[in-house]
Amino acid sequence: MRVWIVHLGLLAVLAAAFFVLPSYHATNFARIMVLAVFAMGYNIAFGYTGLLSLGHALFFAAGMYGAGLSGLPALPALVAGTLAGGLVAVAVGLLALRTAGVSYMIVTLMFAQAGYLALLYFGAVTGGDEGFVVASEARIILGFDLSTDAPRYTAALTLLGICLLACLVLVQSRFGRVLVAMRENAERSRMLGYNPYTVRLTAMAISGLYAGLAGAAYAVLFGYVGASFATIQYSILPMLYVLLGGAGTVLGPFFGALVMFYLTEAASSLTTAHLLVVGVALVGLVLFAPKGILGWLRAKGATWLP
Amino acid sequence: MAALMQAVGLTRHFGGLAAVDGVDISVLPGEVHALIGPNGAGKTTLVSLLSGRIAAQSGQVLLGGQDITPLPAHARVRLGVAYTFQITSIYQGLSVFDNVALAVQGRANIAAEVARALRRVGLVGFDTQLAGTLSYGHQRLLELAMGLALKPRVLILDEPTQGLAAGEIDGFKTLVQSLVPDIAVLLIEHNMEVVMDLADRITVLNFGKVLAVGTPAEIRANPAVQDAYLGGDDAEG
Repeated sequence: MRVWIVHLGLLAVLAAAFFVLPSYHATNFARIMVLAVFAMGYNIAFGYTGLLSLGHALFFAAGMYGAGLSGLPALPALVAGTLAGGLVAVAVGLLALRTAGVSYMIVTLMFAQAGYLALLYFGAVTGGDEGFVVASEARIILGFDLSTDAPRYTAALTLLGICLLACLVLVQSRFGRVLVAMRENAERSRMLGYNPYTVRLTAMAISGLYAGLAGAAYAVLFGYVGASFATIQYSILPMLYVLLGGAGTVLGPFFGALVMFYLTEAASSLTTAHLLVVGVALVGLVLFAPKGILGWLRAKGATWLP
Repeated sequence: MAALMQAVGLTRHFGGLAAVDGVDISVLPGEVHALIGPNGAGKTTLVSLLSGRIAAQSGQVLLGGQDITPLPAHARVRLGVAYTFQITSIYQGLSVFDNVALAVQGRANIAAEVARALRRVGLVGFDTQLAGTLSYGHQRLLELAMGLALKPRVLILDEPTQGLAAGEIDGFKTLVQSLVPDIAVLLIEHNMEVVMDLADRITVLNFGKVLAVGTPAEIRANPAVQDAYLGGDDAEG
């Protein structure tokens, strides 16, 4: 019960926040919410199932280009992007899941790099380095123009809400427990009758759907599609959000994205070496609060947090 | 009587070492079958081949007459071959309840099934405790409860009494006796007292081959076994 109150409460607070936040921060929050969806997807693979992928930028980009190149109106474009993310994740997973641990990290990284280079190579279609701007008629949902503040914020919040609650249901389901079991002890799980390969592949598929949806939403909400979103940086970012917010927690990715976003921004207003500030903050985090924000809360007594 | 689980000519080499070399073994319905032999005789490799944890190079594994040799371990578990690990393998970070619940998943009424398995091994009242904080003996019992919760046809126990106190071993013997004849138990065991008390039949392995098969009395009287194992320097294994 209180689990639902907390999660629905956060969504209510975010809905109210729109009326308080200045326009600049409302746009930031829309961005954060979309990135949080991406991180939630990453968390399903990494935080719950124990799959440390370095290739999630590819799934994000698949969603982004899937939506942007489809030429569809906003709503079907979001669906197309989501499916593209899921399909690419399954394709990568079919091969990458034959490996584990460090090899899995490297294989996923290689696939993502190959995807990035392919985007540049097929520049005639993808716009290469420069990318392309999403047509304004493809940014209208139910008559609302997503390039304006209120519809954009509402759309981002709606997606965050759907994804947050879906994640909550997933991790509390029987299958969610199997994911955790696979993370905790794969050999034991195998000897309880669970096929590690199919469990992990399913986790990757769900993770890819989330990443694809986030990428598609990013294209539709912010109007730009570019190869920079397929770089390694966009594989690392969701991992940082998850680590900061708390791996294996439902709310962690959102808070990780929120804190990280404003930390980066505060640092960049102080110095051009803002990435250094972020790096130092992260080292401190890993040293002193390795469980992340939500993980810390959970360890401090909120053991009911999913 | 037709064998419940049977291996024919099972072979597995590791490099030049024939860990299991053309082994035939049959587990009858409802029996406690003990697998003994000196260290390095191939006992754990043999049960790993039976459970599918490692693949056989040649030979066949049959379950109720069905050839399960090509099936991976998780599929064999689903068919009723449960394996409990020699080195305790539980989900340390999960509660006792969740550990057992993972074993009953896929069936209705998880709570009742978990409670039954925990009652059976004597872990009532530990449901919410983190598995990693249990005493060693209790962790062994939890491992056993997970094996039982799978509702197996054959339960393979790999040195279940290792590290248990004398009193706990007595409890374990009573427990195993209560499992048959509903299920068959294949037991790797070094404690000869446990073997002689529990086993209906014993298979003795030596250098990856079957040295002898028989009742406890026959095995005790077998000169080859005495020579290779019981009479050796290492009588307790």
